[in-house]
Amino acid sequence: MKRGQVLVAAVAIGLVWQALAVLVRRPILPPPTVVLQSFLTELPRDLGEHFVASLWRVVASIALSVALAVPAGLVLGQSPRLNQIFSPAIYLLFPIPKVVLVPVVLLFFGIGDLPKIIIIFMILFFQILVLVRDQAAGLRPELLHSVRSLGAGRRALFRFVYLPASLPAILTALRQSVGTAVAVLYVAELFATRRGLGYYIYFTGSTLFDYPKMYAGVLAMSLLGLGMYFAVDWLHHRLCAWQFTR
Amino acid sequence: MITLQSICFAYPDGTNVFEDFSWEVGSGEAWAVLGPSGCGKTTLLYLLAALRHPTAGEIRISGEPLFKPRPRTGLILQDYGLLPWATVRENVALGLRLRRFYGPDGVHSPADERIPELADRIDPWLERLALLSIAESYPAQISGGQRQRTAIARTLALDPDLLLMDEPFASLDAPTREGLQALTIELRNERGLTTVIVTHAIEEAALLGRRILLLGMIPNTSAMVYDNPGATHSTYRDTSEYASMCAQLRRAMEAIA
Repeated sequence: MKRGQVLVAAVAIGLVWQALAVLVRRPILPPPTVVLQSFLTELPRDLGEHFVASLWRVVASIALSVALAVPAGLVLGQSPRLNQIFSPAIYLLFPIPKVVLVPVVLLFFGIGDLPKIIIIFMILFFQILVLVRDQAAGLRPELLHSVRSLGAGRRALFRFVYLPASLPAILTALRQSVGTAVAVLYVAELFATRRGLGYYIYFTGSTLFDYPKMYAGVLAMSLLGLGMYFAVDWLHHRLCAWQFTR
Repeated sequence: MITLQSICFAYPDGTNVFEDFSWEVGSGEAWAVLGPSGCGKTTLLYLLAALRHPTAGEIRISGEPLFKPRPRTGLILQDYGLLPWATVRENVALGLRLRRFYGPDGVHSPADERIPELADRIDPWLERLALLSIAESYPAQISGGQRQRTAIARTLALDPDLLLMDEPFASLDAPTREGLQALTIELRNERGLTTVIVTHAIEEAALLGRRILLLGMIPNTSAMVYDNPGATHSTYRDTSEYASMCAQLRRAMEAIA
């Protein structure tokens, strides 16, 4: 997609919003200009801090899930035996909507960043695990044979074949699930915290009834999700150039 | 160079491919292994590459019993085995990078080898195999013939003494195939390589094999060998000797089936 097209779409969405605001004419739907103004004034104050808190939770979860899911996925992908043992459990756990576990995780891990990070981690972990596993399992035996014939042992196969082969899987998994992760972060931040965009949106809207601020929070959370998506997409094009050349 | 002594090999499903099979390949010889589908040609090559292991008997290469892939054996497969995420240049460099990764340990790479600049070893091969202009392309962007030339450059950059090829040109169109067959003969003559090329095509066996091993119905118990001393150049294709070799092999294959 071209940048210009994205920009045109953003402007179009803004215009529809503006039109709706004019039609509805109620404080619960302020026009985009007011929200944008509120966003810009609040960002250097509270909003920025909440944004950073949420961003940190997402980034930490991504790092944690990549660090754990990639090795696990590579091992399962290489070993049909282990995969046979674990895949029924993964099959059962993968589709569970992790958001319903928010209260449970909060009970176990209490307040602070950790329970939020764990929630997002659970979403990303399974997605990455499954894609990396399937990618590793799907490598053609001819490819492995010929690299082994060049002298590669287990270690080198990991470094020169399995790891680069799993990179697109990692980035695809992140692209598919980072949106869900931010959505679930919103829910997780409704509880047991005074930091994060989820809290900010809820607090400004339901307690302070300051709707422009609430929408500024919604905007910030959207930008967080969008920013993560763009970052992953950019990395994908940069690190896996071979998938995009024809 | 290669000695197979009374080897047996069966797949886990019970398919018995070799039984008390012996065969010998001399240093510098050019062999073609011919036979119908399912006769065990590829299995034989994988045994020589130590990607599979005989269930009984012994394989020796250069006097050493063969247990794991040998650094001086090059293997070229029909499906090229190129890394899709690496450019032609990176693919050609792969073997050398692997040797650097392990260092000269005598297991994964020859103990006596020092690798200087990668480019010094790779560029001559890229040039020789006409790959310089596509050196920065990915495998998906180049033709089948170019892919196979990349695989050949990658293998030869490792300076092998034994080259194993499994149906290397089977998926290429006729002119590309003939070009690469000529190149194979040229490189073989130039470097004194011992070569074993597996093929199902009679014409290819008669062109590339100065000695031809014919495999038949499994299990193979003895080596049927045809001598084809004239096969030293790609112009051999135009001789009556070649034509009669093809006819002889065709009769033998029909007798098996």
